[in-house]
Amino acid sequence: MLELDQLVMDFSGFRAVNGCSFRVDEGSITALIGPNGAGKTTLFNLIAGALVPTSGTIRFLGEDVTGLSSDALFHKGLVRTFQIPHEFHRLTALENLMMVPPAQIGEGLFANWLSWGKVRASEAEVEQKAYDTLEFLELTHVAHQRAGNLSGGQKKLLELGRTMMTDAKLVLLDEPAAGVNRTLLRKLEEKIQILNKERGYTFILIEHDMEMIEKLCDPVICMAEGAVLIQGDFQTVRSDARVLEAYLGETAGEVA
Amino acid sequence: MELIGLANYALFMGIFIGIYALLALGLNIQWGFAGLFNAGIAGFFAVGAYTSAILTSPSADGRLGGFELPFFVGWFGAMVAAALIAWPIGKICLRFRSDYLAIATIGVAEIIRLVIKSEEVLTNGARGITNIPRPFGDLPYVQSQLAYLAIVAAVLVVAYLMVQRQFNAPWGRMMRAIRDNELAARAMGKNVEYRRLEAFIFGAALMGLGGALFAHFNRSITPEAIDPMVATFLVWIMLILGGSGNNKGAILGATVVWIIWSVSEIATDQLPHEYAVKAKYIRLFLIGLMLQLVLRFRPEGILPEPLRGDTRTDDNAVK
Repeated sequence: MLELDQLVMDFSGFRAVNGCSFRVDEGSITALIGPNGAGKTTLFNLIAGALVPTSGTIRFLGEDVTGLSSDALFHKGLVRTFQIPHEFHRLTALENLMMVPPAQIGEGLFANWLSWGKVRASEAEVEQKAYDTLEFLELTHVAHQRAGNLSGGQKKLLELGRTMMTDAKLVLLDEPAAGVNRTLLRKLEEKIQILNKERGYTFILIEHDMEMIEKLCDPVICMAEGAVLIQGDFQTVRSDARVLEAYLGETAGEVA
Repeated sequence: MELIGLANYALFMGIFIGIYALLALGLNIQWGFAGLFNAGIAGFFAVGAYTSAILTSPSADGRLGGFELPFFVGWFGAMVAAALIAWPIGKICLRFRSDYLAIATIGVAEIIRLVIKSEEVLTNGARGITNIPRPFGDLPYVQSQLAYLAIVAAVLVVAYLMVQRQFNAPWGRMMRAIRDNELAARAMGKNVEYRRLEAFIFGAALMGLGGALFAHFNRSITPEAIDPMVATFLVWIMLILGGSGNNKGAILGATVVWIIWSVSEIATDQLPHEYAVKAKYIRLFLIGLMLQLVLRFRPEGILPEPLRGDTRTDDNAVK
């Protein structure tokens, strides 16, 4: 579904991603782990079209999408969340979700003047979907609050909610568990599995929560210094000596 | 006698408030909805004013037109012309981030002013265009003013309803989302460049309409009317004071600021003769001070951007 080939990203002399190659199969939930500064988020930005790679190619659904803008990639079925919440701060939580569905009839200026009835019908549908999503995320009580006033964890959930408002094929989640309480986290894991099994979403997660990764992800890819260190199932990666040294530390294997 | 003078003054003020409210609404689309810092309102105002002037004035020697078309054709033409001018400007300038966009638009407005001043064949140069017909201009003075106020008010109501419709509609929501977080809006599949251009053109069309209403009210338009102080910065103060992101706020801001601006002229006229030259600057100082106070104590304006609220319970309440 997604193939990265020798991706390189230079930031004026600093090489954040250095010859990174891997492929993600349709229907899988892939974890991307690694120490801070390993290039995980930069890699996400490359895949999602927020950055254009210095060299290398990205293929999505068999098509070369290298250098395509993120809005074009969204319409091909690629949706991402941000590590630091990027909420629309003056919009309400509900509006944050309602803006997501693509090709809403009311996104045309003239449709709102000339065929308001159709716009309202489409809005009712979108609104219901947004309320359902908020309910799932336990955010119903803040539906009409400005998103900028929500707590860090709530913003994080809102990010996840946006990916549920569209028919995605590949979803990139950047640290979905950070700042989210444990009970909700279990629900979140469940939801990811449901979306994966029933709606066929493919996921790539950047995550530091080993418990979540063990439960959800296969394969696991560990990155270090901008390249893939090792790829394999959770047990293989966790017990790999290089991963222990670079990321988990000597004792982490026992703790997790 | 005194009373009639006062009534006249009020009518005059009402017409100007209506015209400025249109400009503020246009700016609200660009800044309040889309976050575009347009500091060249005067340019679009001028394009609208001159377009309508050329289309509707009687034909004259030495310049293009006039074509003696009905006033509504001129007003429509003003909107189209301002929109057409906004298109290439937006295409080039909207790539800049906010402060650079402000500088670029100031420059563009200045270019438009200079073109108008020097292209005699198009605009009759510094002498400007006169004999612009005013609808119901043949009526006696007060009735004619009253009729024009009614027209301006009607235009404003229609414009307000059209802009207000967009605010909570998907288009306005998308624009506000782009304003709040460009990167995320892009990641959610919105074509940011194209949408910004749309908002810029939409706003510019309203500014052009405001310019046309101004020209027809004065029955003439000269390059002096395109003063960035009065046609750009005053509008900015109106929007910020009234509440950017709020259409009612834009209209309220236009009302409050224009009343202060206009009444301050009466006050400065009372000053001793030796201060009269400085009067203009005293008025500017007053307006500037007001802006400072608003930004310091109520940065969101008198009427802040409204929340969407729970439309479902509203519907239930109606049932």
